[in-house]
Amino acid sequence: MKSLTKNDLTLLVAVAFLTLFAPFILNPFPEGSAMAQFNAGYPDLMQRFVIFGIFAIGFNILFGLTGYLSFGHAAFLGVGSYAAVWMFKLLSMNVIPAIILSVIVAGLFSLLIGFVSLRRSGIYFSILTLAFAQMMFALAYSVLTPITGGETGLQLALDDPRILGSSQTPEGNIPVPGLFGMEMRDSFDLELGSWVFTFNIGYYFCALVLIASFYLAIRIFRSPFGMMLRAVKSNQQRMNYTGLNTRPYTLAAFVISGMYAGLAGGLMASMDPLAGAERMQWTASGEVVLMTILGGAGTLIGPVLGAGFIKYFENIFSKINATILHEWFAFLPDGLEDFIVAILYPFIGKGWHLTLGILFMMVVIFLPGGLVEGGQRIRSWLQARKSKNGRPNGTTEPAE
Amino acid sequence: MGILEVKNVGKRFGGLQALSEVNLSVRENSVHAIIGPNGAGKSTLLNCLVGKLIPDTGSVMFDGKSVLGRAPYEINQMGISRVFQTPEIFGDLTVLENMLIPCFAKRDGAFELNAISSVMDQKEVLEKAEHMLEEMNMADKRHMHAAAMSRGDKRRLEIGMCLSQEPRLLLLDEPTAGMARADTNNTIDLLKQISDERDITIAIIEHDMHVVFSLADRITVLAQGTPLVEDDPQNIKGNPKVREAYLGESA
Repeated sequence: MKSLTKNDLTLLVAVAFLTLFAPFILNPFPEGSAMAQFNAGYPDLMQRFVIFGIFAIGFNILFGLTGYLSFGHAAFLGVGSYAAVWMFKLLSMNVIPAIILSVIVAGLFSLLIGFVSLRRSGIYFSILTLAFAQMMFALAYSVLTPITGGETGLQLALDDPRILGSSQTPEGNIPVPGLFGMEMRDSFDLELGSWVFTFNIGYYFCALVLIASFYLAIRIFRSPFGMMLRAVKSNQQRMNYTGLNTRPYTLAAFVISGMYAGLAGGLMASMDPLAGAERMQWTASGEVVLMTILGGAGTLIGPVLGAGFIKYFENIFSKINATILHEWFAFLPDGLEDFIVAILYPFIGKGWHLTLGILFMMVVIFLPGGLVEGGQRIRSWLQARKSKNGRPNGTTEPAE
Repeated sequence: MGILEVKNVGKRFGGLQALSEVNLSVRENSVHAIIGPNGAGKSTLLNCLVGKLIPDTGSVMFDGKSVLGRAPYEINQMGISRVFQTPEIFGDLTVLENMLIPCFAKRDGAFELNAISSVMDQKEVLEKAEHMLEEMNMADKRHMHAAAMSRGDKRRLEIGMCLSQEPRLLLLDEPTAGMARADTNNTIDLLKQISDERDITIAIIEHDMHVVFSLADRITVLAQGTPLVEDDPQNIKGNPKVREAYLGESA
């Protein structure tokens, strides 16, 4: 790990630890206990954590570094998914060629869209990317049905050619995506007492890709190129009067982040080989913006935290319903129980968006730097307390 | 023939003739000041020189090549650096990073996708930037956020960033505007030192006569969009036309 500073290395190790041990970390409550519904350690959700983490890391390279806010990044994720599914249909069920094609196709699309959109900056850039993404969504949904499957989405079929693989398994089923014989959906359960931990091949494949993506993002952040991108965000005028044309830099950042989105889309299709147009819709683009801002735009770890946070809320909070609330507050007198449940009810189940919205507002208002800033504040508060209690510490840390 | 030749430049904004028939010749390795009362067209002229505005008529030649129709970054690549009225620096970056950017931008400004190498591995560029910071007496501030510095320090940094590109012509737009007296004098000393030690031409737009007369070898007085006189400083001081342009306005 040449030329990584100690802080960056710590961050990388932390991310690697969190992702590799996620099946344990996300399953803290024993099976069958009342708290078990807060467990998030099942393969489907863990895969989504890391895939959206990759998506957000890539988005942050554009938004966090250059300040260009794209509202159409889900289009590249969708394109990546379609490309991967077509690879499964035509070539083989191996995920490697599928993911490579997703990244390439998403890169080409982002080159084209970026070339046009980056003629403008600020809100006009955002609107242009949004327009492109909505056009692509509409096309995928209607006229391009032969390629995209339209409303039903693109699915595998028994009569797909799969020239390097087989059209059907010996049992007459559609084969599943795999990596040299390992099937992505294969899992292995580890039972320890009343805890059950699930280790899924697909998840670990995604986790390794996330770690590699995160490492690449660190390198980009610390490179001269990354410094140029931050300079673009800081002062375009000075860039121009330093003899630097900002367009190639912003376009390169746009394409790189588009390729990250394509990678995420390819992984999504590898976990579950179907692709639908709704992945390209503007709400999906908005979600990655939320993840990045919630976690902390421009920081390395922020987008990963934001992605995990939002996906956790989406899947866990939306599952709580009125019956569960009544169970929780059953110890209270009846009238009070009903009252509390009535107050909490709008925030759970289908109302989880309300909870998320309030949290998002609180973060933007009180922690403009996102969850990362929250962490930093807690750390400096703890340090201040420690130095007050123990020996007085006269030296100050240099600002980073 | 000067390094910068402005011929018959005119620029109109709607009903306002901002510049008309401006002729100007800046000699190589001199300090040329352009002065004039408010609204004389000084800033418009400067913007025409760096590609921010395109004049309606006339020509601007730098080193025998026309600059008209080129983007600001292309004009910078020809060897013209500009210092702004309010210092334009990268406020979110540290002082060292501010200095690294022009050091990375070679004169041709060619785009390089060096996305995997680390900034800290680029020894040559780092050394150049550190050296320039030392020359500007800012080495101790290298890890400070540029936005947190005083106006005078920001100006110093901006000038240093321009110099690290080794420009042939340095354009300064009221470099001491809004500065405390001490900062103004420091800036004057810095500019004097630059013009003495380096192979560089300086064109300066200024309001403050103290700055102009302590620096300039040659002065052009602009009034209502046209040059009134172009002469040596001692002749300008006593020129009745110049007095009228300035005093007539304030009376």
